[in-house]
Amino acid sequence: MSQAQAAFSPEQEDFRTYCRQWLLDNPVGPAPAGMPSGPLEITQSEHMAHLQRWQKKAWEAGLIGCDYPVEYGGQGRQHCQEIANEEMSRAGFPFLPNIVGLGMAAPTILHHASEELKRELLPPIFSGEEIWCQGFSEPGAGSDLANVQATAERKGDKWIINGHKVWTSLAHFSRWMILLARTDRSDKYKGLTYFVAPMFADGITISPLVKITGESGFNEVFFENLEIDDRYRLDEVGTGWQVAMTTLLHERGASGLRTPEVIPQDQGDGGTVDARSLIELARTAQGDGGPAAQDPIYRDRLMQLLIRERAKSAHERRAQVPALQDHPQRLALQNKLLNSELVQDSAALALDMTGSTSTLAQGDANAPDGGLWPYAYMNSFGATIAAGTSEIQRNILGERVLGLPRSK
Amino acid sequence: MSELDEIGFGEEAALLKQQAGRLLAERMPIDRLHAMVAGHDANRSGPPPWDESLWREMVDLGWSALALPESAGGIEMPLTAIAGLMEEIGRAALPGPLLDTLAVSLVLAEVGDTAQPAMTALAGGDAASLAICDRYGAWRAEDLDVEYRDGLLNGRAWHVQELSRVQHFLVAARNGDGLSLFWVDASADGVQLERDDIVDLTRDQGRVVFRNVVAMPLTLQGQSALDAAFPAIWTLLASEMAGASEWLLQTTVEYACTRQQFDRPLGWFQAVKHPLVNLMIKIDETRSLVFEAACAMDDGAEEARDLAHMAKASACDTAAFAANRSVQLHGGIGFTWECFVHVYFKRLLHGRSLWGGAQWHRARLAERVIGPLAA
Ligand SMILES: Cc1cc2nc3c(=O)[nH]c(=O)nc-3n(C[C@H](O)[C@H](O)[C@H](O)COP(=O)(O)OP(=O)(O)OC[C@H]3O[C@@H](n4cnc5c(N)ncnc54)[C@H](O)[C@@H]3O)c2cc1C
Repeated sequence: MSQAQAAFSPEQEDFRTYCRQWLLDNPVGPAPAGMPSGPLEITQSEHMAHLQRWQKKAWEAGLIGCDYPVEYGGQGRQHCQEIANEEMSRAGFPFLPNIVGLGMAAPTILHHASEELKRELLPPIFSGEEIWCQGFSEPGAGSDLANVQATAERKGDKWIINGHKVWTSLAHFSRWMILLARTDRSDKYKGLTYFVAPMFADGITISPLVKITGESGFNEVFFENLEIDDRYRLDEVGTGWQVAMTTLLHERGASGLRTPEVIPQDQGDGGTVDARSLIELARTAQGDGGPAAQDPIYRDRLMQLLIRERAKSAHERRAQVPALQDHPQRLALQNKLLNSELVQDSAALALDMTGSTSTLAQGDANAPDGGLWPYAYMNSFGATIAAGTSEIQRNILGERVLGLPRSK
Repeated sequence: MSELDEIGFGEEAALLKQQAGRLLAERMPIDRLHAMVAGHDANRSGPPPWDESLWREMVDLGWSALALPESAGGIEMPLTAIAGLMEEIGRAALPGPLLDTLAVSLVLAEVGDTAQPAMTALAGGDAASLAICDRYGAWRAEDLDVEYRDGLLNGRAWHVQELSRVQHFLVAARNGDGLSLFWVDASADGVQLERDDIVDLTRDQGRVVFRNVVAMPLTLQGQSALDAAFPAIWTLLASEMAGASEWLLQTTVEYACTRQQFDRPLGWFQAVKHPLVNLMIKIDETRSLVFEAACAMDDGAEEARDLAHMAKASACDTAAFAANRSVQLHGGIGFTWECFVHVYFKRLLHGRSLWGGAQWHRARLAERVIGPLAA
C-alpha cells in the first residue's frame, strides 16, 4: 500500500542515500544456524559474536547512535536515527544485540551520568562491544518497582551490593548492568539510588531461567558483596527513582530520542507478525472447510487488525501536528501498549485461522509458516508483561493523560 | 522544513479549528443545546429545533463553501482542514446541515460543468442534502425507489438528512440501467417531505417523495460520481463522530474525578479507569485514520479509499464504545433524560449507521485488500 510520504529535512534525505549505499556495499552473509528471532533470546556465543560484529560495522559507518554527540561515540545528527533504522530494517540487516544498552542505558547515561562516564560508557554501547542488562525487577518488585530490596551500603568511596534480581535479560552476556538499589529503608521512593554495575566483578552469580517458549535469555542474578566504585553512581544518592523513570520512558518508546533498532520486515516469506502476513496466511489456512480468506467473519477480524496496524503509522504523523494533540504525551504513552497487544491479537487470530494445524510447533515440517504463530503468540506475552504490564500502562495513561486519580 | 506540512494540517487549518471550537463553545454550550433539543418545552411533534441564526453565521464565515472549488466561488480548503472543523462540530453535537452541504459539494465537484448552477447556489449560502438512499440506506441503482423517465422523477428517497433545513436535494435515481444524479429544489412542484421519527434529537431526517417532478440530469454517470466523492464524505462523518466521542470521554472523565463512592473518586477504580483509557485509545485510532485519510485524499494518494473505509469503520466502533461506557459509568444519572450524555449517545447511534456501518466498511475494505468473496 502506498502511503503519503512525510517531509524529510535535506540532512535526512542525504543521510538516507548514504545509508542505502553503505548497506548495498556491505551485504550481510548468512547468519549462523539457529539464530533466534530477537535479542532477548540470544543464548549462544556464536550468535552473539555474529550480531556484535555487525552492530560494530554499522556503528563504524555512522548508522548507530548517530543522533548522539560526537564525543560520546555519535555523529551529532538531527533525527537521523529513524532514517538509519528504516534503512537497516528494509535491508534485512541483523538485529542489534545490545538492546538494553541502546534503548535504556544510553539515554539514561546521557541524561544522568558525569561527563567522564558518558565518554567512557557510551561509545562501546553503540559499537556493541559492551553488552548491557537491566537489574530492576526482583521477586518482590515487579509492577511495584519501587519496592526494590537489593541493598547498596556505602563503604568509603565504594558501595557494597547485596540482593537478588530476576528476569534479567542478557545478563549472561553483559559487561554492565543498570542497577536500581536501596540505600535507605525508611523511604520507599527516596530510598533508591541508581548505579551502573560491572558484571565482570566478583560477587555475582547468574542463573538462567527458561521461558514459556522453551528458550532462555533471561536470568536470576544474585549479588553477594559486589563492590562498585562511587563514580559509577548516577545522580545523587536517593534519586534512583527519578533516574529509573528516564530509563522507563525510553524503554517504552515514549521519548523523542529514537533508539537504534532493526525491525524485522516481512520479506514476503510470512516471517513477521503483521496484517500482510495474516492475509497471506488466510488464503491457505483452513479452519473448517474453505480458506479463512473466504470466511466473512475471518475477513472482518483481519480488517480489524489491519485497521489497528495502519492507525499506528498514522499516529506517528499526527503526533507531529501540535494543533491535533490534546495532551503532549497522549499518543507517545500509548506506543508500547498498542504494539504489544496488536502482536498478541494478530498471533491469536493466526492460531484460530489455522485450526488443527495451529498446534504444530517450530521444527515440525507441516507447521504453517514454520510454526511461527504458536511461537509468536507465546512470545507476545513477553511484551505485554515486560517494561510495565499492559495493566500498568493503562494506569499510567489514565492517570498522566486523562488526569484520573492515582491508584498506587 | 515546516512540521505542520506533515499531514497538510497547516496554520490556516489550525485557526479554523480553533475559531470553530470557540464559536461553538460560546454559542451552543451543552446546556443550551440540551434545553433546545431536549427541553421540556421542546416541540416534539413539529420539525426538530435548531439554531438557524447560528447556521447563517457559519455560512457567513464561509464554512458551508469550504469543499466547493474556487472556480465555483467556493473556498476549496484541504480536506484535512475541513476534517478539523468537523471534529468541533461533533464535539458540540451541533444540529444543522453543514456535513450534508459539504457532502453535496464533494459530489458536485465530481460532476463537471452541469453542476455549475448548483454550485453557484451553494456558494451563495444555500444548504443542500443527499437524497440518494433506498429504504435500507444503500445507494445502488438497482435498489433505488426513485426513477427518472421521460424527464420526470417519481418515487421516494429515504434517509435524507436535514430534511427541512436545506433548500436543495442532490437526488439519485434509476435511469434505464444506470444511476443518474439530479438537482432538485426543496420547493419544486411535486416534491413532498415526510419526516421520520428518529432517536437522534440533533438531526432532522425523513423521506423526499417525488411525484412527476420535472428534472434535468446533472450527470448520467451518477454511480461513479458518488463512488469518487464518498471517501471524503465518510472521512468527514468519521471526524465528526470522533469529536462527539471525545466529548463523551472528557465528560465521563470529569464525572469519574468528582463523584465519590467508597470514599474515593470513581476514577480511582480500575474497572472505571481502564475502560476510559481504552476509549481514549479508540478515539485516537479514529482521529489518526481520519487525518491520514484526508491527507491521502488531498494528495490524490492511491491508498485514500482504503483509509476512508478504515476511518469510518473505526469511528463506528469508537462511537459505540464511547456511548456505551459513558452511560454506564455515569450510573443512574446516566440513564436519565436530564443527563446531557444521552444527546451524544443518540447522535452517535445515528452516525454509526449513516452511509455504512463498521462491518460494511470492513467488508468493502476486505474486497479491496484481500479480494472479492467468492459467490
Ligand atoms: C521477557 C521479559 C523480559 C524481562 N526483562 C527484564 C529485564 O531485563 N530486567 C528487569 O529488571 N526486568 C525484566 N523483566 C521483568 C518485568 O519488568 C516484570 O515482569 C514486570 O514489571 C511485571 O512484574 P511481575 O512479573 O512481578 O508481575 P506482577 O507485578 O506480580 O504482576 C502480575 C499481574 O498483576 C497485574 N498487576 C500488578 N499490579 C497491578 C496494578 N497496580 N493494577 C493492575 N494490575 C496489576 C499485572 O499487570 C500482571 O498481570 C522482564 C520480563 C519479561 C516477561
